[in-house]
Amino acid sequence: MRFLLDTEQRAFAASLDAMLTSAHTPSAIRAWAEGDHTPGLALWSRLADAGVFALAIPEAYDGVGPLPVELAVAFVELGRHGVPGPLVETVAAAALLSGLDESGPAKRLLPALASGESVATLALADSYALDADAATVLLAVNGAGLRLAPGHGPVRPSVDRARRLARPEPGGELLATGPQVTRAAAHALRWARLATAAQALGAGLALLDRTVAYVRQRTQFGVPIGSFQAVKHQLADARIALEFARPLLFGAALSMTPADVAAAKVTACEAAYATARTALQLHGAIGYTAEYDLSLWLTKARALRTAWGSPAECRAAVLGGLSGDGPRS
Amino acid sequence: MDLTHSAADEAFRAEARAWLDAHVPSVPLPSLETEEGFAAHRAWEAELAADRWSVVSWPTEYGGRGADIVRWLVFEEEYYAAGAPGRVGQNGISLLAPTLFDHGTREQRARVLPPMATGEVIWAQAWSEPEAGSDLASLTSRAVRTDGGWLLGGQKTWSSRAAFADRAFGLFRSEPDTPKPHQGLTYLMFDLRAPGVTVRPIGRLDGKPAFAELFLDDVFVPDEDVIGEPGQGWRVAMSTAGNERGLTLRSPGRFLAAADRLVDLWRTHCDPSDTALRDRVADAVIGARAYQLFTYASASRFLDGESIGPESSLNKVFWSEYDIALHETALDLLGPEGELADTDWSEGYVFSLAGPVYAGTNEIQRDIIAERLLGLPKGRR
Repeated sequence: MRFLLDTEQRAFAASLDAMLTSAHTPSAIRAWAEGDHTPGLALWSRLADAGVFALAIPEAYDGVGPLPVELAVAFVELGRHGVPGPLVETVAAAALLSGLDESGPAKRLLPALASGESVATLALADSYALDADAATVLLAVNGAGLRLAPGHGPVRPSVDRARRLARPEPGGELLATGPQVTRAAAHALRWARLATAAQALGAGLALLDRTVAYVRQRTQFGVPIGSFQAVKHQLADARIALEFARPLLFGAALSMTPADVAAAKVTACEAAYATARTALQLHGAIGYTAEYDLSLWLTKARALRTAWGSPAECRAAVLGGLSGDGPRS
Repeated sequence: MDLTHSAADEAFRAEARAWLDAHVPSVPLPSLETEEGFAAHRAWEAELAADRWSVVSWPTEYGGRGADIVRWLVFEEEYYAAGAPGRVGQNGISLLAPTLFDHGTREQRARVLPPMATGEVIWAQAWSEPEAGSDLASLTSRAVRTDGGWLLGGQKTWSSRAAFADRAFGLFRSEPDTPKPHQGLTYLMFDLRAPGVTVRPIGRLDGKPAFAELFLDDVFVPDEDVIGEPGQGWRVAMSTAGNERGLTLRSPGRFLAAADRLVDLWRTHCDPSDTALRDRVADAVIGARAYQLFTYASASRFLDGESIGPESSLNKVFWSEYDIALHETALDLLGPEGELADTDWSEGYVFSLAGPVYAGTNEIQRDIIAERLLGLPKGRR
């Protein structure tokens, strides 16, 4: 039992943090929100070079995974920096393809995802696909069929302007059918929830850090507002919520059971969202503006809360994963 | 990063489980906040101690098993999963004993710890005074030098377990004119049945005498019952306060077992259309797991030689609020039955309500988190 990140895992996080800090990520987020994918895709290939997408892909398909703990480490940093794009969706697509009984689609599509050459998105059932206009691989699961969709419908902005939503068009090449697709989709959902939980935790940590910095320098009544107990206690609560989401995330990465992953997802997303509310309150009106960078994380915290499973769905999955009978009544 | 226990740790778990299976009373003991229940729980401490299960983390010479923190956590998981009785010796074991290990003399440890381990001597804590709660250093009860020892005077209050306990420990002002309030304090152990001690039990919310106030009128304490140097009591006590807020007060095992019981209750009492209540049950399950994993992470850091420090404040706010939410959910699931007093759930509920108040109020803990972990400036309280 040693429930701590090891030296290599921490060094991996630090290297991603340093790279994303120097990469002017906020301007890439803003460009992405305007439909200009160039700086975001440049960032994407640097992340691929750092091995981020290979973590979800088995060695047989040119990946280094599956390594869920390292993936969670990486996605905390991606969330902390607000990196745009179908990051979670590419991981989920990789999990979906590598979870099929037939290896054909995986052999054909995964090496390019691992290298960053292609970008994937996917829609399970009737959900939206994120950033379909930026993706080169658009997967759609309907019932027991997995398709390579030929295109997508109109792109609609999310409440987080750097997330853009579209429906896959019907038709396209059928990649796989049958129970294997249902099983692989459930596997993909677990990876999507794990990555979303990590991304949300990162977003929450960024919101907390920025708000702490702000209340230390913002003065009112002649003193920093961070010296007021009413301010301190809100931030202490945010810290508590985030700190207790973190072990759930890494515990889920170790077990990868549906219940553990759902618990991590709901807890990290609720913590990030509560932190967003606190961050907005303590920044006052400046936090309510699109031009201030805080907005990039504020809206993402809201969007991630319902992406890949609402709080109610995740809580139901937690109870569904317990041993013994279901509810008796 | 891993959560799997070694084969030796699992063997320890199996040994604990087998012992508990054979010994945990099949009928729950009466409430330990009653005279009869106190005696029954004292006898249970003796039974635990007979096979060295009462203080597993202590060195073997004092009745323990020298278990490291991971094995202690494993033991606690098994203890609560088995539905074993509450620990009447808790104050002494988790508050006084760590202080004696750090600051006591060899003679004190040899004299005090073995009867603590067997429940022969049950300890009450005597920190608070009527005007000294969160601002503990403002205490005024005194220790005055006398031949071979000290004379204690003044009043202590909210002394947990003091209604039926044997001895108590606390801080006393031994140098009245120091420049700062936390200077000139001395940490002393004293006998609750000594001449000059008056114990007045105080009923908590449900009327049970879970604590008491102590009136001290020239109570003699020999020098051998001073812990650490006279006048250095604050420094000595702070190590105890750290233990109180830290890992050893509320083990995850207790909450994991309570969450399991809550799920059982939900399965028998649930209204499938009440999704709000279902979500609260899920949150109780998640919270217990979060607390367990957070504690395992802290334990890992501790084993690496790091001190726990201000993160114990995160821990304290979390468990105290979690404990209330868990019990409120149970009472709401029970419906009209939830109103009844003296059930396991309602007694647990009453106990949980004190959590945010004792062991350093949650307001104080949030200040510590804000100032020491987030680096926010000190301000007027």
